[in-house]
Amino acid sequence: MAVQGRSWSSFIRRRRRDEGSSPSVLAERSRPVETPPLDIAPNDPIVAYFQDSSGVVDIEHLDLDSPALAAMKAASVRMVLPLVSQGELIGLLNLGPRLSQQEYSADDRALLNNLATQTAPAVRVAQLVRQQQAEAQARERIDQELRVARLIQQTLLPKRLPEMAGWQLAAHYQPARAVGGDFYDFLELSDGRLGLVVGDVTDKGVPAALVMASTRSVLRAAASRLESPGEVLERVNDLVYPDIPPNMFITCMYAILDPDMGKLVYANAGHDLPYHRHGTDVAELRARGMPLGLMPGMSYEEKETTLAPGDTVLFYSDGLVEAHDPRRQMFSFGRLQRLIAEHEQTAVPLVSYLLHELEKFTGAAWEQEDDITLVTLQRSEASMTTGTARQEDGNASSGDDRLLLTEFRIPSELGNERIAMRQVAEAVKDLDLPQKRVDKLKTAVAEATMNAMEHGNKFRPEVPVLVRVFASRASLSVGITDQGGAPSDVHAQTPDLEAKLANLQTARGWGLFLIENMVDELHVTSDEHTHTVELVINLGGEDNGS
Amino acid sequence: MAVRQLEVHVRQQPRVAIVDLHGEINSFAEAALQQAYAEAEAWNPEVILLNFEHVDYINSTGIALIVSMLAKARASRRRLLASGLSEHYVEIFEITRLADFMSVFSTEAQALREVPAAT
Repeated sequence: MAVQGRSWSSFIRRRRRDEGSSPSVLAERSRPVETPPLDIAPNDPIVAYFQDSSGVVDIEHLDLDSPALAAMKAASVRMVLPLVSQGELIGLLNLGPRLSQQEYSADDRALLNNLATQTAPAVRVAQLVRQQQAEAQARERIDQELRVARLIQQTLLPKRLPEMAGWQLAAHYQPARAVGGDFYDFLELSDGRLGLVVGDVTDKGVPAALVMASTRSVLRAAASRLESPGEVLERVNDLVYPDIPPNMFITCMYAILDPDMGKLVYANAGHDLPYHRHGTDVAELRARGMPLGLMPGMSYEEKETTLAPGDTVLFYSDGLVEAHDPRRQMFSFGRLQRLIAEHEQTAVPLVSYLLHELEKFTGAAWEQEDDITLVTLQRSEASMTTGTARQEDGNASSGDDRLLLTEFRIPSELGNERIAMRQVAEAVKDLDLPQKRVDKLKTAVAEATMNAMEHGNKFRPEVPVLVRVFASRASLSVGITDQGGAPSDVHAQTPDLEAKLANLQTARGWGLFLIENMVDELHVTSDEHTHTVELVINLGGEDNGS
Repeated sequence: MAVRQLEVHVRQQPRVAIVDLHGEINSFAEAALQQAYAEAEAWNPEVILLNFEHVDYINSTGIALIVSMLAKARASRRRLLASGLSEHYVEIFEITRLADFMSVFSTEAQALREVPAAT
């Protein structure tokens, strides 16, 4: 316990001077008399005096310019026994006059000094225990508040992602320990339109969570009545402003997607600008507007963009761009924009890719500073790319002149392997392969896709399987990628049909065996995020028609 | 994606139960196949003929379901026959060696001609 900076309290126990010796008086005098606590300021010179003293201090003859000393004398304290543990003054034992009215003897002083030696460590232990109990209670109180804040947020975040044909949505919310005020929401509007909300309440903990909850409700109500994102934000601002605490506000992006037209109309209340990726170009979606709750009567600029097949929009919160690395450098908007552009060449979903890059940037020991929210909206390119071959530019494993015939993603739901079969067959129809080869390829694609959906993506519909079909003069290959990152040493063992018929083995276990027997080559590659099965059919060889 | 559920009808002929299959044989087909097999077996036929003429998709789970049916048939000393498989699935029956344990015929009529010989 440090004496510096603390205020001291000393309880003084003494007996009455006028206590007599009659039995009744003896009974009375056996009861200690308590005086009010004596506060000793940390800068009172008597603190240093006690700390340096080697034993009992005679108060009566002490002469110091000390308010505490004056108070002690006024309270008839005669002797003070400083309790010092490991060089720190941890308490005082104050004594009034002896009952006998005699002075304290040398034996009394020796006894008191012995007492101090034994008492000080015990008092110190008691103080530490009490301090730890107080700290534990404080921590528990904080943890309880954080649990409440987290509960509020997680209760109100969407439980599932909306499903729209030709569109893929992904969302990731990662609360900081202190729980910020991030939120996102999806609103299924009339005519099949979809409202997308990403917001951030300043402040943390329960207050931010409560403001988030009320803002979400107000926004939902406004969005159900008003068509325009700008008008919705204007309405929300006017409703939120009167009740929001003065030191808080909300940044919020609200966009409405027309999935049939690919049109995205949006307005922004001071939130980080979303990024729109088209091909390898990445642009900010800008729209002016003040954060919600700062000033009444605000209006919000409304903008519009069209998402082409293959385009992606990333909505996010500042927890990502304001994350710091160990040298205190920020992740930054520039880095985010560059990563989105680079992501074009990878097979990992954008959200996973960004989180991986964030982890690389911050290091493993990073304590997350703020909530991180990522929401991606992607228009599927399957319908566009089928049959529209484009030159593959660089990462073709064969290094030859292969073309990308098609690339598409399918949700990891049982039965969707039929989509993969159909689209791959459609993509290769111009190659004039014998029907027998096409049938084999379809079966291999179906089995590999089922494995990817089940074992890699655990049948999570929001985690898609990526299918890419390449063709060169020498071969046709289909890459099927999941997010499992499974070990690459996977080869089929011939199932033992006799054992299966005798019920000595499960009847299952045919998938990989079928794949290996349907194609000329099977390559499996994995990294820490993805697992890719490449099915290869040799073209123009002797067995082309087999 | 909407999955075509397997529809199954069982016909009885002397010494043979014919199981007509319509649709896809995958994990969604398990209950229908089990029910059809139980229905066919209830007549205690010597032969059960699986008619695949209207089946356009069999995946590895479907193969496993057929293996299970074959195991049941062998356990009760019944012959299991297959007809109407496309060329592609005939090849898969050969690769998986299912064709070694259940005779495969192009048509139902060809399969039924085998029934007397099987008894």
